[in-house]
Amino acid sequence: MSTAACDVLVIGGGLVGAAVAWGVARAGATVCVLDEGDDAIRASRGNFGLVWVQGKGDGMPDYAAWTRDSAGRWLELAAIIGEQDGIDVALRQPGGLEPCISEAEWVERELQVRRMHNQPGVGGNDVRMISAAEARELEPALGPEVVGASYCPHDGHVNPLFLLRGLHAGLARHGVDHRLDHWVESVRPDGDGFAVRTAHGTLRAGRVVLAAGLGNVRLGPLVGLDVPTEAERGHILVTERLDPVLSHPMGRLRQTEEGTVMIGASADRVGLDTSLDLATAAALAARARRVVPALGRARLVRSWAALRIMSPDGFPIYAESENHPGAFVVTCHSGVTLAAVHALYLAPSMLQPGFNDRYAAFHPRRFGGAEAA
Amino acid sequence: MRFDRLPEIRPVPRVTLSIDDEPVEARLGDTVTTALLAADAGATRQTPVSGAGRAAYCLMGVCFECLVEIDGVPNRQACLVSVSDGMVVRRQRGATRLPEIGG
Repeated sequence: MSTAACDVLVIGGGLVGAAVAWGVARAGATVCVLDEGDDAIRASRGNFGLVWVQGKGDGMPDYAAWTRDSAGRWLELAAIIGEQDGIDVALRQPGGLEPCISEAEWVERELQVRRMHNQPGVGGNDVRMISAAEARELEPALGPEVVGASYCPHDGHVNPLFLLRGLHAGLARHGVDHRLDHWVESVRPDGDGFAVRTAHGTLRAGRVVLAAGLGNVRLGPLVGLDVPTEAERGHILVTERLDPVLSHPMGRLRQTEEGTVMIGASADRVGLDTSLDLATAAALAARARRVVPALGRARLVRSWAALRIMSPDGFPIYAESENHPGAFVVTCHSGVTLAAVHALYLAPSMLQPGFNDRYAAFHPRRFGGAEAA
Repeated sequence: MRFDRLPEIRPVPRVTLSIDDEPVEARLGDTVTTALLAADAGATRQTPVSGAGRAAYCLMGVCFECLVEIDGVPNRQACLVSVSDGMVVRRQRGATRLPEIGG
């Protein structure tokens, strides 16, 4: 049995947990990260890799502004990871397109863009509708069915696996005690801090951060936090490596630095099931061919499904427990986009008073559920 | 590095495939990867990213290092395809160019 004491213990070593741990370690705290083994359900190993602003925060202006803020700070995060840890996360922010392939899609998108512009603070996202001709000028591979697109100059993409590796490298550089195969059995308030029990022993920490993705549903109530999230399955298809076809990321299509084209993004709710549904995959491929016909000649070499962590309104949940101060929850479905603000803003503010005031809009009390005991 | 075959327990029919137009003998039941390794074919592709030479690594469909062109179709996993008589295998260089995009 091993015991250890640290300032901050983060449960979860995916993109959210790693970004938070990275941020608090950089702010000077001693940090321990507990992660599961290779059999864990990992959103961070299956995501698409967009640093995406447009369309985010419809109905919650604070989230729209937070997302825009993160896109703006991403260059700083990528630079630190590149300079300090020698890992190029392939950040590119050339602006992003979301093509429409029917009048109905165009009308719906335009309505959303206008609706969001009318929400305070969202105008800074600079999203606008562009004509088919403008879209094709930006992206000549778009096919004749594209009737126009929404465009955001702040959208971009990154290699999410290099990001995870870069954050983990930063944890090692800061001397973070990063443990794999440490599934957390329980979290218990203990004196001034918390006792976290695993099969390998109990660890003590002054603060504990729940960043365990879907695992937060189980862990939250142990420290008085209600975390109502559900798994949403998304499929991704990957082509062989191709010469440059696309120069801008799109919401459901992007070409990586290495040449593969990634095709997303489905959404269905089937519980903790990461199996691939062939009909869904076929529908994604069919749409991609309508948007970029040349892809009809490309071969798919891989496909997978992964699980997003969805709150009832789709927005992040950030909170410090009222009953057990020092226990925090951080969860969202945009661990890539928000990595910059998680690491640079959110994490350091856990070491300061007033967390719930600062992130009031993201508190789960907005769902109206009773606070867990 | 050379791979030597173990003695046959019972006779296995031979097939002939070509690797970059060179005829190579293999045994029925071999994967293309087995045939390439037994023929000491060396690097079977250059990565589109760095241009480095690559060859089969995991032998079980996971790593995608063994990609080759088989009967005119590029980027097939050689470790998952069985050899057949007259099969045409080609080494690969760089990324695939889509015809409509080229230029």
